Amino acid sequence: MGATIIERIVAAKVGRPVAAGEVVWLPQDIVTARDFGGASVVKNFVDAYGKDARVFDPQRIRFTFDCNAPANTVGYATNQQICRDFAGKQGIKVHDVDAGIGSHLLIEQGLALPGTTAIGTDSHYNILGAVGALGQGMGDIDVASAFKKGQIWFEVPPSIRVNVNGRLAPNASAKDLTLAIVKHFGSDGLLGKSAEFYGEVVEQLNLPGRITLASMGTEMSAVVCFIPPNAIVLDWLEPRAGARPESIAADADAPYIKEVTLDLGEIEPMIACPFSPDNVRPVREVAAENVRLDSGFIGSCTNGRAEDFASAYAQLEGGKVAERVTLKLVPATREVYAELLFSGLLEKLFTAGALVHNQGCGGCAAGQVGMTGEGEVQISTSNRNFRGKQGAGRTYLASPATVAASVRAGRIVVPEVVQ
Amino acid sequence: MSAFTVSGKAFPLLDSDGALINNIDTDMIYHNQWLHITKLEEMGRYALGNLKGYEDFPQRVQPGMWIVAGRNFGAGSSRQQAVDCFKALGCAGIIAVSVAPIYLRNAINAGLPIAQVPGLEGQVRAGDELTLDMQGSTLTIARTGAVLQASPPISTVQREIFSAGGLLKLT
Repeated sequence: MGATIIERIVAAKVGRPVAAGEVVWLPQDIVTARDFGGASVVKNFVDAYGKDARVFDPQRIRFTFDCNAPANTVGYATNQQICRDFAGKQGIKVHDVDAGIGSHLLIEQGLALPGTTAIGTDSHYNILGAVGALGQGMGDIDVASAFKKGQIWFEVPPSIRVNVNGRLAPNASAKDLTLAIVKHFGSDGLLGKSAEFYGEVVEQLNLPGRITLASMGTEMSAVVCFIPPNAIVLDWLEPRAGARPESIAADADAPYIKEVTLDLGEIEPMIACPFSPDNVRPVREVAAENVRLDSGFIGSCTNGRAEDFASAYAQLEGGKVAERVTLKLVPATREVYAELLFSGLLEKLFTAGALVHNQGCGGCAAGQVGMTGEGEVQISTSNRNFRGKQGAGRTYLASPATVAASVRAGRIVVPEVVQ
Repeated sequence: MSAFTVSGKAFPLLDSDGALINNIDTDMIYHNQWLHITKLEEMGRYALGNLKGYEDFPQRVQPGMWIVAGRNFGAGSSRQQAVDCFKALGCAGIIAVSVAPIYLRNAINAGLPIAQVPGLEGQVRAGDELTLDMQGSTLTIARTGAVLQASPPISTVQREIFSAGGLLKLT
C-alpha cells in the first residue's frame, strides 16, 4: 500500500511507514512562536522545565513577532520583551516586529521546503502546505513542549483527495477559487483531515496563489492542505534554499479516506459575506444589492504578497479610492514591502489613495491597523470574518482585485477584466 | 469509576431554537482583545464573552460542569486561552459533536477532558448528569440512560497526557 503526502512526510521523519490513525512522536525541523502565544510558551517552558533548562536546539527555533507589530499595547510589548530576553539567553533568533508574518518568512528564507515539519503559534501555519511542508498551528503548551523535545505527539490524520475541475474567469484569481472551495466544503468539511488538491486550475497557481488556497484550510478545519509542489514552486524555492529541493508527492495507490471531484466550471469572482468564511456567494449577486463600503483591507497571510498588491493596483489604475472610503494595505513581510517600494508600486498605490502600513499580520490582529466601528462595512482579503474579530462592523472577504475595484467604486462591485 | 471517568452536569450551548450551536470559534470563546493575558486565573471572566447570549457565562457556570456544543467547536485561532478560560472556571471538560483540530490538541495538552460525540444533537438538556469514560470512549447521559460513542475514540496518548496532568508534565 502506498502513502499519501502526509504519510510520506511523517514516515520519513519517524523512519518507518505509518498509516492514518497511528499516533507517533513527530520530530520537527523548525519550531516557532509568535508574539501571540510566545510569552505563554516561555512561561510554560520555564514553569515545566525550570529556569535553567535549555531548548532542544536553538538553531531550529525562531520567534516571529508579527501579530502586534510594533506593539500597540503595553501587554503585547511586555510579552515581546519576555520572548526577546528568553531568546537572548537561549541563543534563539528573533524575527522582530519589522520582519513580517512568520509563516511567510519560513517560505522566503528556504526554511520550509517540501517534506519539512514545522509548528508555530499561528493557526494558519498549515499555509506551508503551499510548498509541500507539514506546517501546523499549535497552542502554547504544544510549542513549549516542542521547545524542549523537538517533537510533538501526532495522530496521522486521514487524507482526502480533492480533484478540482474548472478554470478561472479572466477577472478571477486564486482567492476566488479558494472561496469556491470553502463554499463547497463549509467551515468543517475538511475537519481533522489532510487534504491534497489536484487539477489543472490548482497546478497552474503560482506560489502566492497556492499560499492563498493552503491558508484557508484552517477555515475548513483541515489539519493541512497540500498542493503538490511543481516546477513553479521549486524554481521559487531553489535560490532561497541554496539548492533545488526535492518535491514530494503521494503514491499512485495512496489510501485516501475519500476522493472528491469539484466541477467548478468557469470560476467567477466570489465573496464571503458576514459572518462566516463559508458564507460565500458570487460577487455579481452581492454587487446587485448595492452594498456601500466604508473601508477596505489588502494583506494578511492569505493575500499579502507583492502579486496581490499588483493585482489590486490593476483595478485602481487611472482612478482613486472613493471619497469617504479608506483602503489599508499591509505587506506580508519586509521582502514584500521592499518589492512594492523599489518597483514603484507603493508610490502608485499611495497616489491612488491607499494607506500603507508596515508589514505583519495587521488587519487580522486586533486593532493593529484600526478596528471597524458599529455599522462599518469593510471588505478584506483576509481569511476570517467572524463576528467581532476586526471590531464591531461587518466584514466581507474577497480577492485583492475585488477589494480594490470595490473601494474605488465605494460599494461592492465585480472587478474589471484587466490585461 | 476508573481514573479515566469524569462526571458532571451539562451546560449546553444552545441557540434560540434550543439546538447545540455549531462553529463556535475561538474569538467567541476568548476574544482576541484579551490575548496578552498569560495568567490562567485571569482568563475565566472572559470565557464565551463574545458568544451572543452567553456573555454572562462565567457567572452562570459552576465548577465541574461540562461544556456541551455542536459541530466544529473551537474553530479559528491556536490560542491556548480558549481552553484555559474553561480550566480557570473549573469546568469538567468539553463534549462536542466535533472539535476543530488545533483546539482538540490544545484541550488534550492542557489535560482538559474533551470528546467528539457524533449524534449528540438533541440528547442533552441543561443540568443533565453526563459521564465520560475515556477508557471506553463512551458518554453516558443519566437522565435517558443513553450511551453514546466518542468518535474518533479517545486515544492512548490523550489518556497518558490526562493522567500526567498535561503534556508538560509528561516525561
